Amino acid sequence: MKRITIDPITRLEGHGKISIFLNDAGDVENAYFQVPEFRGFESFCEGRPVEEMPRITQRICGVCPTAHHMASAKAADAVYNVTPPPTALKIREMVYDAFVSGDHATHFFVLAGPDFLVGPEVDPAQRNILGLVAKVGMTMGKRVIQHLQETHEVVAMLGGRFVHPVLALPGGVAKAVTPEMQARLIEIGEHLVEFGLFSLDLWRDAVLGNEEYKEMILSDAYLHRTHNMGLVDEQNHVNYYDGHVRVVDVEGKEIARYAPQDYQEYVEEHVEPWTYVKFPYLKAFGWKGFVDGMDSGIYRATPLSRLNAADGMSTPKAQEAYEEFYDYMGGKPVHATLATHWARLIEMLNAGERALELARDPQITDPEVRIIPEETPREGIGIVEAPRGTLTHHYITDEKGIIQKVNLIVGTTNNHAAICMSIKKAAQALIGGGKIITEGLLDKVEMAFRAYDPCFACATHALPGEMALEVSVFDNNRELITRLRRDESIRE
Amino acid sequence: MKKLNLAVYWAAACGGCDIAIVELGEHLLELAEVADIVFWPCAMDFKYKDVEEMADGHIDVTLFNGAIRTNEDAHIAHLLRKKSKVLVALGSCAMEGCIPSLGNIKGPDHALNRAMKEAPGTHNPQGVVPQAAYEMPEGTLTLPTLCNQVRTLEQVVPVDYKIPGCPPNHEQIWKAMTQIIENKLPPAGSLLGVDERTVCDQCPREREGKIRVERFYRPHEIIPDPERCLLEQGIICAGPATHAGCGALCIEANMPCRGCYGPPDGVVDQGAALLDAIVAGFEGESDAQIRKVLDTIVDPVGTFYRFSLADSFLHRAKMSEELSGRPCASQADGDGRQEMTT
Repeated sequence: MKRITIDPITRLEGHGKISIFLNDAGDVENAYFQVPEFRGFESFCEGRPVEEMPRITQRICGVCPTAHHMASAKAADAVYNVTPPPTALKIREMVYDAFVSGDHATHFFVLAGPDFLVGPEVDPAQRNILGLVAKVGMTMGKRVIQHLQETHEVVAMLGGRFVHPVLALPGGVAKAVTPEMQARLIEIGEHLVEFGLFSLDLWRDAVLGNEEYKEMILSDAYLHRTHNMGLVDEQNHVNYYDGHVRVVDVEGKEIARYAPQDYQEYVEEHVEPWTYVKFPYLKAFGWKGFVDGMDSGIYRATPLSRLNAADGMSTPKAQEAYEEFYDYMGGKPVHATLATHWARLIEMLNAGERALELARDPQITDPEVRIIPEETPREGIGIVEAPRGTLTHHYITDEKGIIQKVNLIVGTTNNHAAICMSIKKAAQALIGGGKIITEGLLDKVEMAFRAYDPCFACATHALPGEMALEVSVFDNNRELITRLRRDESIRE
Repeated sequence: MKKLNLAVYWAAACGGCDIAIVELGEHLLELAEVADIVFWPCAMDFKYKDVEEMADGHIDVTLFNGAIRTNEDAHIAHLLRKKSKVLVALGSCAMEGCIPSLGNIKGPDHALNRAMKEAPGTHNPQGVVPQAAYEMPEGTLTLPTLCNQVRTLEQVVPVDYKIPGCPPNHEQIWKAMTQIIENKLPPAGSLLGVDERTVCDQCPREREGKIRVERFYRPHEIIPDPERCLLEQGIICAGPATHAGCGALCIEANMPCRGCYGPPDGVVDQGAALLDAIVAGFEGESDAQIRKVLDTIVDPVGTFYRFSLADSFLHRAKMSEELSGRPCASQADGDGRQEMTT
């Protein structure tokens, strides 16, 4: 058995590695994606007051702290059985939508975009944000930076700061929106919508307009037929902040639609001894191992999954884009992993439109943004759609609201099994049969999981550079026979 | 002028410090003109092997964020110390352990068991826990193991400077970077990029200087007056025991400070300093009266040591003999144990 080790992968939180095993014929027998990091939030949150959890659990991730902050605040509301005033909920949702818009943009333009807008086969020194800016021009580069800064401004305006904001607490939000703030929020909201439309135009021109990319997106190497999960509102439209979790099967048929508090009836987690991240699966199907298809419990929770799990988008421009997407891809559901990028841009537009709607809402400036919880705290579950998937916070407290037990199912974790499968399948399709392993080919293997925007790769967002890949090929005796590495990308 | 060699690394971290560096925005381009980034796993392509091959002292400055949680974190800390002329602890995790060091209260086995075996919804009838080395049919897969406690960078290797904050404000990171670029570094051991004051000094709220409350309130239990000191309204606020530098951002958003910038200059134990500041505020009260009010503070360790447990006089809860006798969690033997004893 030959072994290909991709280690270390940079652009991960901590140290990640991929091991690909080749059989005697030189084809891919199996592939493992390991997450070697563990901080143990479930344990040390015990004993903490539940109202502090939105400020504690956001330290799980400094890239999507706003997602943890909101899921946690919702769980804490539920612990106290308190419904925040309508304006508080609108402020939370508006801030969250602006965050989603910014987070999706950073992934597309900085992380994944270079694969499409610069290309997997070009010199890796060019395949980064600088290469992208060089290709498309400084005007666009500045536009991306402005977009990111404005989404950060919205979060900081209400939450004090962009990384680890503090606005939400059980019963509402700590700060109200003044008329001056509203004027600026509307201005930013308009920019978010324009930027969403601009990004979709870019996708049409640069990606769909390129035969090679089109072929890749539609190819079997990047296809997995899984169930799909996403939060939906009452009309079954995609929502990031609130709603019911809807699950559709591989054919697109609804198989579950549940309130957050019922998640345990639908999802369980499996543990493997070779990685620190668990593998969630649909309880109704059980854990069947790393296989896709109707009988497997493996589901995905990505932007693509959310579109698949919903009946449409909540805003007009995003709805148009949604219809165009399914027309182009040949109907619902879409299982092409690389189409996740397109879905992400549609969500970016949707989140911008929704943030603008909320900024314009006359009620947004109501000073009534807090209710003091009065009921005895017990147990609560909060779910939001993190940019990378359904995020669940579950707290059990004593009668004083002190945490006794915590369960967290984090966005990327939902997709852990699917990411493992996608790496294996792309590797199987691209490596083997005596083909020479080139750098461009390795990038195409990476594209299989980059589509998920895995949170382990979070903080790469605004910087140039390519994921490090070192592929070592070992013979049957585990002796190194060849090593291929990608070189650094932005050294002058 | 010769360009500086700069490295950035994250150990047990959330990524927020890296985002704060990314928030430098246009300053990053200025930085690229005067410095080569020779190692930055989150954004760049260099590997541990590249660092190992560098001559000792090859890196001028390393910004190290994240706490030391695993044997791999400790190994890289030693490696980067050897290769760096100046080692900077960036952010609360590297400087004082931050929130993850609350894990020192119950230890690594509790953490693994809770997450892997006991969390609601985890189906693990055989009690599987991630192992340092695991034999798959195709070969062995290895993982780093958890150290018996979360440590600060300085508890593992000598550190030259620290930049506080969770995360540090990007303007403050730039101020520190400027000091590095212009070679105007203060004496070793200093904090970089921050003022020598407390959060209270940057806070716009009005203070009387006395705490006249019968009980403390948790943030969700009271809607505070937006103009007045939160502590004097009975909300625990770590401002008096926290180093300045953030600009009192959380307080501006009507939420109390939780102390993420660590203790002010000259203070070792932030929790003790906060308790001291609170008690001192009760002017003329009897001990019994003060105790009654203090009893209304829930979770003292998580409140007073939210960010600084690993660097406090406490460090951690007393470990069982069994755990203190070994460096790692009770996972199968890892290949990194020797590194833990160095």
